[in-house]
Amino acid sequence: MLKKRVIAVLILRQGEVVQSVQFRHTNVIHKDPRFAVEYFSKWDADELVILDVTRTDEHRARFLDTLERLSRTCFVPISAGGWLRSCADIDGVLSRGADKAVINTEALHRPVFLEEAARRFGSQCIVVGIDCRRDDRGEHMVHVDRGREPTGWRAEAWAREAVARGAGEIFLCSIDNDGMRCGYDLPLLRKVVDAVSVPVIAFGGASSAEHMAEGLRQGGVEAVSAANVFHYSENSMRKMKRALRAMGIHVRR
Amino acid sequence: MRVAIVDFGMGNLRSVANALEFVGVEVRLARRPQELADAAALVLPGVGAFGAGMEHIRGFGLLEPLLRLAGEEGRPLLGICLGMQLLADGSEEYGSHRGLGLIPGRVKRLAPADPACKVPHIGWNDLEVVRPDPLFRGIAEMPDYYFVHSWHFVPEREADAAAYCDHGQRFVAAVASGPVTGVQFHPEKSQRDGIALLRNFCEFARRC
Repeated sequence: MLKKRVIAVLILRQGEVVQSVQFRHTNVIHKDPRFAVEYFSKWDADELVILDVTRTDEHRARFLDTLERLSRTCFVPISAGGWLRSCADIDGVLSRGADKAVINTEALHRPVFLEEAARRFGSQCIVVGIDCRRDDRGEHMVHVDRGREPTGWRAEAWAREAVARGAGEIFLCSIDNDGMRCGYDLPLLRKVVDAVSVPVIAFGGASSAEHMAEGLRQGGVEAVSAANVFHYSENSMRKMKRALRAMGIHVRR
Repeated sequence: MRVAIVDFGMGNLRSVANALEFVGVEVRLARRPQELADAAALVLPGVGAFGAGMEHIRGFGLLEPLLRLAGEEGRPLLGICLGMQLLADGSEEYGSHRGLGLIPGRVKRLAPADPACKVPHIGWNDLEVVRPDPLFRGIAEMPDYYFVHSWHFVPEREADAAAYCDHGQRFVAAVASGPVTGVQFHPEKSQRDGIALLRNFCEFARRC
């Protein structure tokens, strides 16, 4: 039986792991991400998502070096992303040890990119990152460029479109809940899960096993992820999975 | 011992190389026929679409050497994910494509009976190993391996299936026919049990 996945997220800026609160990157958690990755790999994270939020091209080259270094000691899957704009960019992260590519802004600017990418790498390799903000009417609207630019798409509509064009998985983030330790945006998760047939990974707001269980049960997602909570306590991944198992959720030992 | 990872330009090589280096064998990313011929064992990895994979193998001039070394000369070969699927006679992914034909069978799209089971099949799932095979030596029962795929290998002969997995449908997760073996999951990304399987393959190759 397929297990529910618990995924650790690393947000990298200029090669350092940073904390993210509503998409503002506050403080540096690790100077060297290698330690974080080694811990997660040893502590039985089911997967890692590594996102580069660096804005300058020169620093982005460094991201590939970092990724290559991290993947040497990491024997769980890595999804990598941040400013991937072409099949050559995807090839860049895959050839440095990533297993899947997370595509976000470029997919909204040029949706045909998803078709090109799926054809070249297979849709199982293409994760579409969707960042959403709630508006006054409770609609979840997709934003790009690290939350700066509204797109006019409703989350569930864009998710459906992205999957039709080749996305194999959705990495779904609530900008409002990011870093707020209030749990996932469950209505957002439910809308997107009901709209698509591919796995959805929840991100943004979880700080406890209860939050993760809610995401899996009420939200209906296949995988839950978090960043900050895993960085700030010792053995956090192992404790989290033990707590989830105690709640009757099938996670990998 | 030197293991050649067949580099046909379809990504994911670094992960496989990292894991094999961790096992302690000499690893070479091989793009030229001679680099394959020099290796004691071959690993055919692969992320991507079947048609593109075969096109690349042909484009790099690797089709004939692969068929000769693994098919005729019995060089041990491990296909991983797409690499396992390419061992088949053909696939219907994005049109109809001919495969390597090293293990008779076809590649079909996953179609789980249970709508709760999503495609692609992504994540950790347990294996049912159906016959003693060197690949699974010493590995605990029902090991969890990491899968990420939408297509699966349907071997013509049941005897070629070494392990099954269940995802709303029972499908073949590992094939083995003489020196040619393949796994649908990613041992290089399956932590302890994955490393153990790669070590077993290297041991198997050493004895071949």
